[in-house]
Amino acid sequence: MIPGFVRRPRRPWRLAAETSALLIAVVVAFPLYWMVLGAFKPAGEIESTEPRPWTLSPSLDSFRRVFGQQEFGRYFVNSLVVAGSVVVVSALIAFLAATAVTRFRFRFRTTLLIMFLVAQMVPVEALTIPLFFLMRDFGRLNTLGSLILPHIALSLPFAIWMLRGFVKAVPEALEEAAYIDGASRTRFLWQILFPLVFPGLVATSVFSFISAWNDFLFAKSFIISDTSQSTLPMALLVFYKPDEPDWGGVMAASTVMTIPVLVFFVLVQRRLVSGLGGAVKD
Amino acid sequence: MTTQEAVAQPVTVAKAVAALPGRRRARWTPWLYLAPALVVLGALLVYPIYQLGLISLLKYTQAQVSGGEPTAFEGFGNYTTLFADDQFWQVLTATLVFAAACVLSTLAVGCALAVLLTRVRALPRLALMLAALGAWATPAVTGSTVWLFLFDPDFGPVNRVLGIGDHSWTYGRYSAFALVLLEVVWCSFPFVMVTVYAGIRAVPSDVLEAAALDGASQWRIWRSVLAPLLRPILVVVTIQSVIWDFKVFTQIYVMTNGGGIAGQNLVLNVYAYQKAFASSQYGLGSAIGVVMLVILLAVTLVYLRLLRRQGEEL
Repeated sequence: MIPGFVRRPRRPWRLAAETSALLIAVVVAFPLYWMVLGAFKPAGEIESTEPRPWTLSPSLDSFRRVFGQQEFGRYFVNSLVVAGSVVVVSALIAFLAATAVTRFRFRFRTTLLIMFLVAQMVPVEALTIPLFFLMRDFGRLNTLGSLILPHIALSLPFAIWMLRGFVKAVPEALEEAAYIDGASRTRFLWQILFPLVFPGLVATSVFSFISAWNDFLFAKSFIISDTSQSTLPMALLVFYKPDEPDWGGVMAASTVMTIPVLVFFVLVQRRLVSGLGGAVKD
Repeated sequence: MTTQEAVAQPVTVAKAVAALPGRRRARWTPWLYLAPALVVLGALLVYPIYQLGLISLLKYTQAQVSGGEPTAFEGFGNYTTLFADDQFWQVLTATLVFAAACVLSTLAVGCALAVLLTRVRALPRLALMLAALGAWATPAVTGSTVWLFLFDPDFGPVNRVLGIGDHSWTYGRYSAFALVLLEVVWCSFPFVMVTVYAGIRAVPSDVLEAAALDGASQWRIWRSVLAPLLRPILVVVTIQSVIWDFKVFTQIYVMTNGGGIAGQNLVLNVYAYQKAFASSQYGLGSAIGVVMLVILLAVTLVYLRLLRRQGEEL
C-alpha cells in the first residue's frame, strides 16, 4: 500500500480527501438507500410529492404485494437456478480450458487465445435472433435451459482469460513434484491445482453471476408463453408500468432482487479486489 | 553451483517428468481439457454468429418464420434498406456518441476515485469501497427503476431538492439520455475504480520510494513511473467499458420505455431488438446485429494491436 503514492499528503489535504471520500460514498450509496426506504414506506408516503428521506411508520405492505404476486417466489428460485448453474458450470469449464492454455504447449494455442479474446467482444445482444431460432428448433424456448446455456457461452471467454493469470501463478515445480510423488494428472488437476486457483474462480464467478442474474434480454425474448419459467427482472417489471408505476412494489421487488447479489459481493469482496489485482498484474 | 549446472538441472527434471506415466497421452490432454469449452462456444457463439450473418442475407419475416412463405435469399437487400433509412444513421450516431460519453465519464470518475482511495485512511476507504460494490452489485433492471424513481417528476427527491417542479427527465431526448448515462456511470465506475486501485496497489513501493529519493515530484512520479506501469490496466478497463457501454440494452429499454418517445432514445441494440421481435423483421434485425459485430470487432483489433505493442505474451 502506497498512501498518496509515496508519502501521506499533508494534514489539511488528507482531511479534505477523507471528507470527500465519505461524501462520495454517501452519494453512491444513496440510490440503494432510497430503494430500501421506498420498499418499507407505507403507500401514502411513497406517493407523496414531498418525499422525506426517512419513514416513521415502516410497513411490509409492498413486500406482501410482491410475494403475493403470482409465482414471485418461483421467479426468484428460477433466477437462482439460472445464475447458480451458470456460475458452477462455466467455472468448471473455464478452469479446464485455462489450464490447457497455460500448462501445455500445443499447436493453435495462440490462435485459440486470440479467439477467446475476440469472443469477449461479440455483442451478445446481436445473437439474440439466431439464439432464438436455435432454441426454437431444439424445443428449448420457455425453458430455463434457454437462459442458462447462452450465458455459459457468454461468460466463458472472459472467465478463461481472467483465470489464466491464476493458473500461471502456480509454479511449474509444484506440478513436477506432484508427478514425481506419483500423482496422476487428474489428481493433480483437482486436488492440487483446483484449490490453489479457487480464489481466482471466485473472482471470476462474480462476473458470470452478475451477467446471468441481470439477464433481461434473453428472458424477455426466450420465455414468451410459459411465464412460470420466467426470472426476477420480468417479475419486477410487472410492478413498473411506465404510466402509473406501483413504486412501492417496484422498490420492494428491486430490494429482493438486489439482496442476493449484495450478499454474494460482500462474501467475495476481498477475493474480488485481490483477484482483479492478480488478473491485471499478469 | 555453476551456471551450467543450474541450467542443466531443470532439463533433466523435465525429461524425467516427461517419461512419467501421467504424461504419456500429453499430446491429447490439452484438447481434452479444452473440449467442453470448445463445444459450448462452438454451439452457442460461433454457430449463432454464422446464423446471424445468414439471416441478415434473407428475407425473413413472420411469414417465413411460420412457414407461410418460402425463405428467400435477398443478398444485401436488408443492408440496402437499412443504409437508406435515415433513422438507422440517427440511431448509429446516437449509439456512438452515447457510448463515448459513457466510457469517458466512467473512466474519469473511476480513475479519480481510485487515486482518491490511495490517499485516505482505512475507514473512508472502506465506506467508498462498500458503496461502490453496492452500486456494482445492483442488477441493471433494478438500477434502472431506482434511478427512474429518484428522478420521478412527482414523487422523486431529486426534482424536489433541485426545486424544478414536475420537470420530466424522460420526456426530452437529451435529458433522457443524460439520465441513462448517470445510471450507467453509477453502476460501471466501480469496476474501473476497483481495478485501477488494485493496479496502483500492485506497483512495488520500493520503485516509488526510489523515485521519491531521487527527488522526483509527485507529478513526475505519476507520469514517468505509475502511468507506464498502469497502462495495461487502463487499456483493459477502457476496452471493457467500450464493450459494455456500446451494448447497453436494459437501461435504455427500461428507463426510456423501449427507446423513448418516437424512438428518440434508441441505440443499435434496442433498435435491432425492436425490428426483430416487435415488428418481426428478423432479417433486418440481423443486419443491424452484423453492423454492431463489425464495429466491436474493429475495436477488438485496435485492442489486440495495443496489447501487441506492449509486448504482451499470449
